[in-house]
Amino acid sequence: MRRKHPHLAVSRRKFLAGVAVASGATAVPPAKAATSASTNAPARMPSALPPTAHVAAAETGTPSELSTSRIGGTPGSDFMVDVIKTLDIKYVPSNCASSYRGIHESVINYGRNQMPEFLTCTHEESGVGMAHGYFKAAGKPLMTLCHGTVGLQHASMAVYNAWCDRVPVVIVGGNDLDAAHRPPGVPTFHSAQDINALVRDFTKWDDTPVSLQHFAQSFVRAFKIAMTPPCGPVAISLDAGLQQEPIRNNGERLSIPRYVPTSPPQGDSGAVKEAAQLLANAQNPVIVADRVARSENGVRLLVQLAELLQAQVIDQGGRMNFPKTHYLSRPPTVVSNADVILGLELADFWATVNAWTDNGEHGIGVNSTRIKPDTKLISINSSELLTKANYQDFQRFQPVDVAMAADAEATLPALIEAVKTAIPADRKSAIDKRGEAARKAYAEQRERTKQAAALAWDASPVSTARLVMETWAQIKDLDWSLVASSGNVSNWPNRLWPMEKHYHWLGPSGGYGVCYGAPASVGAALANRDLGRFSVSIQSDGDLMYAPGVLWTAARHKIPLLAVMHNNRGYHQEVMHVQRMSNFRNRVASLGNDIGPIGTRIENPDIEYHKLAESMGWWAKGPIKDPAQLGPAIKEAVAVVKSGQPALINVWTQPR
Amino acid sequence: MRLVRRFGPVALAAGLLFTCSDSFAASAEKGKVAYTQHGCWQCHGTEGQGAVSGPKLAPDPMPIETFTTFVRTSNRAMPPYPEAVLSNDELADIHAYLQTIRKPADYKSIPLLNQ
Repeated sequence: MRRKHPHLAVSRRKFLAGVAVASGATAVPPAKAATSASTNAPARMPSALPPTAHVAAAETGTPSELSTSRIGGTPGSDFMVDVIKTLDIKYVPSNCASSYRGIHESVINYGRNQMPEFLTCTHEESGVGMAHGYFKAAGKPLMTLCHGTVGLQHASMAVYNAWCDRVPVVIVGGNDLDAAHRPPGVPTFHSAQDINALVRDFTKWDDTPVSLQHFAQSFVRAFKIAMTPPCGPVAISLDAGLQQEPIRNNGERLSIPRYVPTSPPQGDSGAVKEAAQLLANAQNPVIVADRVARSENGVRLLVQLAELLQAQVIDQGGRMNFPKTHYLSRPPTVVSNADVILGLELADFWATVNAWTDNGEHGIGVNSTRIKPDTKLISINSSELLTKANYQDFQRFQPVDVAMAADAEATLPALIEAVKTAIPADRKSAIDKRGEAARKAYAEQRERTKQAAALAWDASPVSTARLVMETWAQIKDLDWSLVASSGNVSNWPNRLWPMEKHYHWLGPSGGYGVCYGAPASVGAALANRDLGRFSVSIQSDGDLMYAPGVLWTAARHKIPLLAVMHNNRGYHQEVMHVQRMSNFRNRVASLGNDIGPIGTRIENPDIEYHKLAESMGWWAKGPIKDPAQLGPAIKEAVAVVKSGQPALINVWTQPR
Repeated sequence: MRLVRRFGPVALAAGLLFTCSDSFAASAEKGKVAYTQHGCWQCHGTEGQGAVSGPKLAPDPMPIETFTTFVRTSNRAMPPYPEAVLSNDELADIHAYLQTIRKPADYKSIPLLNQ
């Protein structure tokens, strides 16, 4: 961008009037300068005396001739803040950087650091991860500022998680395009010709605005695209010159486009009717849900459909789709007896109805089916509208009988009505009997689950079932939200906790990129803080060690979160890969001085996560190895979190 | 076909293991060490309680014949453990260790599982 236009200042009053007339935006007036130069400062006193406040201000303040604006007008980034403020973005969790210094300054000074409020992060991955978790708790997106090439590279794994998890995040990256004028050295290392190319394969849309009006259009467009199901991250590259230059008076009146949400895509009426016929006439329909419920309404609709059909529901847990206390809630194995399967927003339909076992000849996995050969498959999945070529998040291709490229939650009302019409009168008795059988199966399953949880109940290291239930005992009377469960605790929370509300469980990372748990927990806890909910996370050791600085961000910004550590002191997913390779090759896996294959353990020395957390301002306790000590420790931690602070309990646990 | 091909030598190995049992006394103590060294605990837990990664092994482990056959020939999520990796003696020791693991309390007697 052109950088030098010292004489192209525009009247701020005229500029703001233009914005107001065009959009009705509520711009916040700029904060007054904290200090300003005095025009009649006294002569300097002898240096032996300390300066008065007045003198100090005169010596260190901005000279009067420059106090209005050294750049000769209103900074372009002030207008950017006006645009951002129209979209109700509450926070901007970011790691500070030179490439976006213009908008940084505008956010905290011109925008008074409100809507959005700048939250200090120590890693770009944490900023995006926080935005990811925040959206799933609040239903509203955040933006994050990201520094040039290296900042976006840091952020990229978290962007991929958000992409796979269909979560909107607005990534605004600084970049200095003008090769003739940008600073040499580091800023040039951190600039790129097409910086968004780094994340283009896993963002819904991106742009590099070349004017302020272009920015206004692109930012509102990006927000709109991100928020339209299937949701996803978007990226806007902000040229440093565009941020820093004054608004140019080129005769164009700047305006901010109005944001109107786009309604989500619904299934075609013919396809909905065909699906309803199949479901209504099925002997044993099964509903499988992954990322269906964006809200409490999504849960309610799914319950309505399931009860109408008395169909068993497998909640794959991408979101809290279906109450775990409902008698139709069933484990994944029930697909084997289905004659019709309705898949709703499944990340992987193939793996829902097929199995892949990593134990074939020559190291090649073996495929097998989980379902009967004549089972009819119905899919409602908005991800079909958002398939790109490079990254393989679309999973294996699964042919189905009825496919709707549509948002499941938005399609459920029409499907429910169509099913009501399609159920033959003579089927109603059979459907009721299905419900009775489901109640019995549910009760038996609960018995088996609890008996399994009792195994190794008093073991040390602490069993994952004990970890989960000791936590539950301390939060059950609160309006709780399990914001993340990193690592693998054998899915005990979803098997044992009475999850009923959509925020009782926010789902996993999406792309399984490790380092989601800690930042997403903090981001979700931020949203829950504002909504009056109590946030708890199961925090694994491996996940925390990628970017533990997010703990400091939580303490710094007083974000209450109870993190109960599943510290199994290893990368257990990888342990079995090495063991498998060793067995296939007739070799004994080398353990070195550890108790798992070399390279898979996080021990010797053991990491004292409680001390790590304490050093960053958390209340913390541990390591707890005796299960009898766990309940009292969590009780203490809950009291701390209720007071508004984050707390961490470091627990030595069983592997899974 | 693959299972038939695999089960032949394994059955033979298992037979040898049991016919030699007079001269070999399985040790639960050694079995606990082997259970750790060969990574069994990683998927099944230190007390064989099981997890999403591997089923429960104890209490009441399966008969040693079935146990041996499965460990040697598994075509499921667990990779087979050939004798070069896990000896017959170690396998018997591990089974002996699993037999020592006591039954848990009934979940109905655990207040946290009855809320």
